[in-house]
Amino acid sequence: MAKFGKSIIFVLGLLLIIAIITNTAIGSTNISPLITAKILLARYFFIEPTWTSSQEVIITNIRLPRVLLGGFVGAALSTAGCAMQGLLKNPMADPYIIGMSSGAALGASIAFMLLLPVQVTSFVMAVITIFIVYNISIIGGKVPIDTLLLAGIAVGSFLASITSLIIFLAQSPHQIIFWLMGGLWTANWDKVKITAILVTIGIVMLYRYSWKLNVMLLGEEEAQYLGVNVEHVKQYVLVFSALITAAAVSVSGIIGFVGLIIPHIMRILVGPDHRILFPASTLAGAIFLILTDTFARTIMDSVELPVGVVTAMFGAPFFIYLLRKRRDNLYA
Amino acid sequence: MLKIKDLNVSYGQHQVLEKIGLSAVKGEFIGIIGPNGSGKTTLLKTITNVLKPTSGTIMIDGTNIEKMKSNEIAKNVAVVSQVVSINFEFTVKDIVLMGRNPYIKSSESVEDINIANDMMKKTNIHFLKKRLITRLSGGELQRVIIARALTQTPKILLLDEPTSHLDITNQIEILNLVKKASTKGMVVIAVMHDLNLAAYYCNKICLLRDGCLISTGTPRQVLTPSNIEVAFNLPIEVMHNNRTNSLYVMPILEPLNEI
Repeated sequence: MAKFGKSIIFVLGLLLIIAIITNTAIGSTNISPLITAKILLARYFFIEPTWTSSQEVIITNIRLPRVLLGGFVGAALSTAGCAMQGLLKNPMADPYIIGMSSGAALGASIAFMLLLPVQVTSFVMAVITIFIVYNISIIGGKVPIDTLLLAGIAVGSFLASITSLIIFLAQSPHQIIFWLMGGLWTANWDKVKITAILVTIGIVMLYRYSWKLNVMLLGEEEAQYLGVNVEHVKQYVLVFSALITAAAVSVSGIIGFVGLIIPHIMRILVGPDHRILFPASTLAGAIFLILTDTFARTIMDSVELPVGVVTAMFGAPFFIYLLRKRRDNLYA
Repeated sequence: MLKIKDLNVSYGQHQVLEKIGLSAVKGEFIGIIGPNGSGKTTLLKTITNVLKPTSGTIMIDGTNIEKMKSNEIAKNVAVVSQVVSINFEFTVKDIVLMGRNPYIKSSESVEDINIANDMMKKTNIHFLKKRLITRLSGGELQRVIIARALTQTPKILLLDEPTSHLDITNQIEILNLVKKASTKGMVVIAVMHDLNLAAYYCNKICLLRDGCLISTGTPRQVLTPSNIEVAFNLPIEVMHNNRTNSLYVMPILEPLNEI
């Protein structure tokens, strides 16, 4: 199983590299994958240029940051979803489950209305939301999972209603609505850098708790008997899941489905051991979002679709197929 | 090794354990008996510090467990719970290795794996090593859980009705395993419902009723008709089994046509 898991990780890693190169090549201006690969490598090695400077600009300044941003956002959402499902032992869990997306959405709406920086405002609001939900849920020094989920849903609904009100009253609500659908239109190198740093830190920190999350799957009481400081693990995993989710949402809007389904598919593929499940989810999430975003930006000649629309449109039927194929309990 | 003094535990207003005192030395097999709701499981949970007492102390080798970190406690005390269900497809080996959790910092060492292998052999589940935990019978699963507890290399092993849902062969096999661990120096404290098995395996029995310890001592001292009558409100007859040289308890039943 461990060997199988490692080879899966290797294959996914390879696929991710291929996905980055080929998807950077795809777009309205035709540039071959070979030229693309050369342009990318020329950033680090000396390669005799066989391409035009406009091709180089398109690849390095427009497409590459977008593909990389998609990769980081996909990796973040999928890893956070995996962590939340493991922590909450709930198959419905995704990175947004405890109200973070509603917080980020409200932040973005306020930012559009008051002309504040959208990325910072939505990030801050997402983090504040988690902080509020967590603190509401503390009972006698502990955070019961059920209370956390319910508090998340309640706070989320409340914030969503304020967002709706802002959209209703706004002069031009389109910006907000587009943001809510989730897209990577605004990708640039600055966003890639910030997201890369936050997401990498968060993911590495979550990987460190793979083993503890495994033990937590036995149930909180059992985990305690095995010496796990359950409340500490909850706090830790929530903090870093929230960090990477907020980092992702603040640059991409609400992209659904990645954080729910990719971890499930990977769990079916590699089993519940987080030491393999985590990296598998990270890589698969990145690949999935890069592919769907390329589809979203190229399928129609004149307009780009929001990638959040595409993820569910393609992911859901595939997931339903997997569900039917595997007749056992989904979460086993 | 284990000293419990003046232990009081309550859930909110409701007092569940009252002034419990108990001590155990190396190699003792202690049975805790009593009717449902008498506080047996609560007592076990308090010994692991999962439940905090309202007053009183629990000392392991002279250290108060309230001062110990959760992984320190897990190095000393292992628990086999009443009903374990694991819905995730871990292998038997993975589950047993989780017993090393209190010792593992980032990933398991060769020593951890050796201990886990050793315990799987001792509990006769080594051949199941690669099997998924979701595909085991009740008896096999319970053995895996015991192997995991032993892999913690604890000084004290707590069992909460470890055999109540198993067939008679599995009951005996599992209790034999546990008895073997206790003869090698481990303190075993088991909540038991079967008074005869308790009489056979235990050096010491504690009888609980309504959160109070009403009798402690050897099976012969505790399992008397008057004690059982008080605790369970049931008349019993105590016999001696010459073959096993232990007590044999039978409830005195009315002929069926008089019920």
